[in-house]
Amino acid sequence: MNLNSVRAIYLFEMHRTRRTLLQSIFAPVITTSLYFVVFGAAIGARIPEIEGVSYGAFIVPGLVMLTLLTQSVSNASFGIFFPKFSRTIYEVLSAPISHFEIVVSYVGAAATKSVIVGLIILATAGLFVPLHVEHPLWMLLFLLLTSITFSLFGFVLGIWADNFEKLQLVPLLVITPLTFLGGSFYSISMLPPFWQTVTLFNPVVYLVSGFRWSFYGIADVHIGVSIAMTFFFLAVFAAIAAWMFKTGYRLKP
Amino acid sequence: MHPIIEISRLSKTYASGFKALEAVDLDIRRGEIFALLGPNGAGKTTLISIVCGLVTPTSGQVTVGGHDIIRGYRAARSLIGLVPQELTTDAFETVLATVSFSRGLFGKSPDPTYIEKVLRDLSLWDKRHNKLLMLSGGMKRRVLIAKALSHEPRILFLDEPTAGVDVELRRDMWNLVRKLRDNGVTIILTTHYIEEAEEMADRIGVISQGRLILVEDKQTLMHKLGRKQLTLQLEAPLDRIPDGLAAHKLELAGDGHELVFTYETQGERTGILPLLQDLREAGIGFRDLQTTQSSLEDIFVSLVRNGR
Repeated sequence: MNLNSVRAIYLFEMHRTRRTLLQSIFAPVITTSLYFVVFGAAIGARIPEIEGVSYGAFIVPGLVMLTLLTQSVSNASFGIFFPKFSRTIYEVLSAPISHFEIVVSYVGAAATKSVIVGLIILATAGLFVPLHVEHPLWMLLFLLLTSITFSLFGFVLGIWADNFEKLQLVPLLVITPLTFLGGSFYSISMLPPFWQTVTLFNPVVYLVSGFRWSFYGIADVHIGVSIAMTFFFLAVFAAIAAWMFKTGYRLKP
Repeated sequence: MHPIIEISRLSKTYASGFKALEAVDLDIRRGEIFALLGPNGAGKTTLISIVCGLVTPTSGQVTVGGHDIIRGYRAARSLIGLVPQELTTDAFETVLATVSFSRGLFGKSPDPTYIEKVLRDLSLWDKRHNKLLMLSGGMKRRVLIAKALSHEPRILFLDEPTAGVDVELRRDMWNLVRKLRDNGVTIILTTHYIEEAEEMADRIGVISQGRLILVEDKQTLMHKLGRKQLTLQLEAPLDRIPDGLAAHKLELAGDGHELVFTYETQGERTGILPLLQDLREAGIGFRDLQTTQSSLEDIFVSLVRNGR
């Protein structure tokens, strides 16, 4: 492992985050706080408890997950898309660094940022609703695993995208709808039976369900399934990234 | 000594079907300054990009310092510094940050003293805290060179280093390149300015339509360059060169209407005076005379035009 190279890219990316602190940290925190005010406090007070959890508290894991997914994807995709767009990527590609190390540095930085944002949001949520974490270690594991998995997805997306439009389109048209329909704001059991089955094809269901289980011990699907699916997504995105580097897809002619 | 870069049968065909390189063989000697000359689109940048790992070769082999560029990419690439043709920089970074980043990226541990020296050598030290987007084109070029030198490479590629660069920077760059060479760095530069190759290079390669059509010591080329021809328009045509003039290097041309005399300008005596005396004695008169000199540019143009 070429640690100096990995550290250089990682720190470069983290520095970019510090430079854009307002949009990369504060913006998602403010957005999520608005969700708490509207759904948690205003509307949530009129919604009955779900499996013994108040609605305001019920949506916390889903909201954190929503932020983790969008932040991981947008941050990691931009991190690799921009050097490709400005052509400064030549330097990384000509450096004595392996493909694996490139992925570790970029995805590691993006995931770090997502975890930080996720923890800040969790702390913010504590201001609005009483927080209760039944399995803290599982909670951290899910936080970490989701950040890494979807930063890797963002990385793949950033290599695939050849213009800014595509870069924006996937988070907007794929990630956000999947998260909203993935049980962030409701329990799957509230849906009619047909839609309950359809929902199982939405990958986000497994993430939200597992994450919520680590908080309140309630889940739509078994925790084991959630973990297995998360690792499955990680493996799929890793395989795509490996294929991209192997073939030089949109990186090396 | 073993060449520092060995390129054999290197070919590249892009996905579009465009053949950028065709079976190029080239050895770069340790410590030399090699100039790769060629018109736009000849394959200069493709050649460099393959050696640096930016483009995947279709076939052929390249070793750098004895390391295969694919199997031994780590060892090969850590020897190389690349200054690309385009001014590609991270707009929002500072000069110092981007140059330090390059050093780390190439696997070297931080060395602020060395970075300071590089920046001072390139007159960038005063601007080290400036953001790159505030810099002029010439300054950005200096930054790219500083980035390439940040990890103490043994081989430096300069892709069109003086395209669109003012006279002062060009002179600075030439001095820097000479200094690097004195420190044992091998330098490969591409250019389409012939004066640049003449001024800088130890050897010159000419590439055209993906083929390397000439590789020669600059001295040898300059020797050709140093030759002049004197053409005499004769009053009466000759069938053959008279015996009395056999001692001179003469050729008949223009159906016997012209006598062509080739001579060295660098020699102490050009031999023109004795020739003219001998001509008078032989009773050969001429109406007019002219001299021509073949420049590197002529050689280059004719090579490129004729292909191989």
